[in-house]
Amino acid sequence: MALIDVKELSFGYDNVEIIKKLSFKVDEGDYLCVIGENGVGKSTLIKVLLGLKKPYSGTIEFGDGLKPHETGYLAQQTLVQKDFPATVREIVLSGCQGFLGKGFFYRAEHKKLAEENMKRMNIYELADKSYRELSGGQQQRVLFARCLCATKKLIVLDEPSASLDHETTKEMYSIIRKLNHEGTAIVMISHDIETALAESKHVLMLNDHENFYGTVSEYKEWKGGNI
Amino acid sequence: MNIFTTLAVYFKYPFVQYAFIVGILIALCSSLLGVTLVLKRFSYIGDGLSHVAFGGMCIAMVLNLIKEKMIIILPVTIISAILLLKQGQSSKINGDAKIAMISVGSLALGYLLLNVTAFSANISADVCTTLFGSTSILTLTKGEVWLCVILSLLVVVIFVLMYNRIFAITFDETFAKSTGMNTELYNLGLATVIAVIIVLAMNLVGSLLISALVIFPAETSMQLFKSFKMVTISSAVISVVCAAIGLLIAILYGTPVGSTIVAADLVAFVAFYVISVIRSR
Repeated sequence: MALIDVKELSFGYDNVEIIKKLSFKVDEGDYLCVIGENGVGKSTLIKVLLGLKKPYSGTIEFGDGLKPHETGYLAQQTLVQKDFPATVREIVLSGCQGFLGKGFFYRAEHKKLAEENMKRMNIYELADKSYRELSGGQQQRVLFARCLCATKKLIVLDEPSASLDHETTKEMYSIIRKLNHEGTAIVMISHDIETALAESKHVLMLNDHENFYGTVSEYKEWKGGNI
Repeated sequence: MNIFTTLAVYFKYPFVQYAFIVGILIALCSSLLGVTLVLKRFSYIGDGLSHVAFGGMCIAMVLNLIKEKMIIILPVTIISAILLLKQGQSSKINGDAKIAMISVGSLALGYLLLNVTAFSANISADVCTTLFGSTSILTLTKGEVWLCVILSLLVVVIFVLMYNRIFAITFDETFAKSTGMNTELYNLGLATVIAVIIVLAMNLVGSLLISALVIFPAETSMQLFKSFKMVTISSAVISVVCAAIGLLIAILYGTPVGSTIVAADLVAFVAFYVISVIRSR
């Protein structure tokens, strides 16, 4: 059983179906890159996977102990976040939000989980610093640590390198690689096809007329025959 | 008589006590919600809603429902709050213009209604009171004070219980939603609470100056404090202190209540700003 099993999924926006009958899987410890032209529906796919948007038809099955809403989501930084007055600790802890259930306050185990993940991302010494005083790379680490509080199994990233400089981008890819080696499955939307192919295990290419899903070498083969 | 004996005399009057209780509670509530509004870039909603509340007030006056005015103002403002918040999310650029249209439209229609129906002999005085709340806080009835106390306590309790969730949707609504939080419901709740606060605050500072109560304490605290918790606590303290000082000055020297409180908030902001500039050198 895969973490996520997508079958015959059709979705779009404004009542226009942009992707028809898409099928793919994300296994435990997988690293899937989603590529394709701008506006082809990559971000919409992520929204559907995360349950932020309803598909028109098809099914998404969660397995291997992954429950819906147990996915860590890392999007591009928003304007609101750039100068947000909150400490690293407060932000990382907010990743435990899904465990609050009907309760109101975080418990000791949540605080411990937040500390563990700050240590894992090497930002523990920044715990009481303000988010807006951090560098871009450090902010990215904070968001990763928050993600890890929400999930151990799967992290979904939407164009994570879009607003980062070269060095920070490199650092981020190495964080993702490390997490993947430690067993977290990754689903990443990327513009940077070269890096995507170098880093990932599976590729999902969205296209107006034909989607592709397979391993990296299968993709290269398929692409070679298509040029 | 020195200032303290004068104040002691004033504080024997129930209407002065009422004004103090209501003033401080409203200042507390508006500052708590202000942090979220400012950070979510929703400060303009406070402004828009206050004009809607003015429109509602005018309708109540024309229908001769002054005593029961809350029955009209509260639902009208709550519905507008929900619409405005939805608007602000779906289309940022267009939303902006629509909010201006709703707020200016209700201001104009309200004033027009009052003039056309010639309901009162002294329209400009009535309008001035509603806009700047010049004396209305000193003419509160016991019922209004109780309503205000209950609603304010409700707001504070809800805020404390929901603190962690409010933080989550303020910092990153999409992430909160992906962890299974019903963000629409919380936004709806937020809009309702904001509307209630604005209607309450109309008594204190009048509809033109309400956004000052919402925005100033939050912006002031953000000059100095780094954590969300400290910003929230500091906003509440600043807002309450400024409201108390403003009310005292207004009572002692007969200045208009609303504008004096806002002036105190402004002084606090400048002070914090100067400290932050000096500290960052």
